[in-house]
Amino acid sequence: MNRPAKLMIGLLLCLFALVLLWVFHVALTQPPGARLADLALASLPLSGVTNPVTAVLVNYRAYDTLLELAVLLAALLGIWSLGAATPGFQPAGSALAAMVSWVVPLLILTGGYLLWVGGYAPGGAFQAGALLGAAGVLLRLAGDERAGLPSERAQRRLAVAGIAVFALVGLGTMVAGTGFLTYPQRWSKWLILLAETAATVSIGVILAAAYAGGKPRSRASDGATP
Amino acid sequence: MTLLLFLFDLVLLSTLLVLAIAALTSPEPRRAVMFFIAFGLWLALVWARLGAPDVALAEAAIGAGLGGALMLAAARRAARRQREGKADQDDDQKSS
Repeated sequence: MNRPAKLMIGLLLCLFALVLLWVFHVALTQPPGARLADLALASLPLSGVTNPVTAVLVNYRAYDTLLELAVLLAALLGIWSLGAATPGFQPAGSALAAMVSWVVPLLILTGGYLLWVGGYAPGGAFQAGALLGAAGVLLRLAGDERAGLPSERAQRRLAVAGIAVFALVGLGTMVAGTGFLTYPQRWSKWLILLAETAATVSIGVILAAAYAGGKPRSRASDGATP
Repeated sequence: MTLLLFLFDLVLLSTLLVLAIAALTSPEPRRAVMFFIAFGLWLALVWARLGAPDVALAEAAIGAGLGGALMLAAARRAARRQREGKADQDDDQKSS
């Protein structure tokens, strides 16, 4: 890179740091009053979950989570448009294969646990999905060309499933008359669980497919998925 | 006790900064990614110390784990492409 460009980047970074410092200063010197955290905690009993973070992510700000899923999907589409995935690694040796056969089921189990526990303790769809994605990464490192994922067609459906279920729940609540993604109180826990489960599977599939780094190749034995 | 905690925070912060600078200034992509993964794990510790276990979990799983894996794969590809480009150049020089 030439010198003026470097100077320009440095200058922009300094400006950015100044803006961040100013924001920090404003946040620190704000007069005590009704802050967002208090409001969020006050309406927690109405949200269907008891973990405030999950309540914010999937109830108060469900829109944001929906759009985050859309961002992940767009990233996967970008990766797939780059071309076919590279061929996988050679099959793992017996020690690594044995470890993978232990770790992958444990990762899936822990993912399910994190998804369920997200209702009342730290956890949730993104962490659980990341664990599923990590299981896919391990499988690919151990020699499975497709990172443990099903055929391309099923991958497309699974990748879209999260955002589709989320949007359908939103449309359902709209039809029920409460507004887009405003859950009726009696159903909120189960609607949140439904949307989070679909989101978890989607996130796991998208992250694992992103690690494969391209459109999945068609395999001769397409029916025999691992 | 507070002095111990202060020292602990000091170590956390200074190590975080050193890891960040090391990741940014490392000339080799592979090593930079490794520093970045260490930085992400350390940042998860800082989040946990700040009392934000949700963010710590997400940072460790997505920021350090999956992001690191993706960047390692990208660094490997970049290195391979560079090597192939260099080999092509050598071939060109030999043939000319």
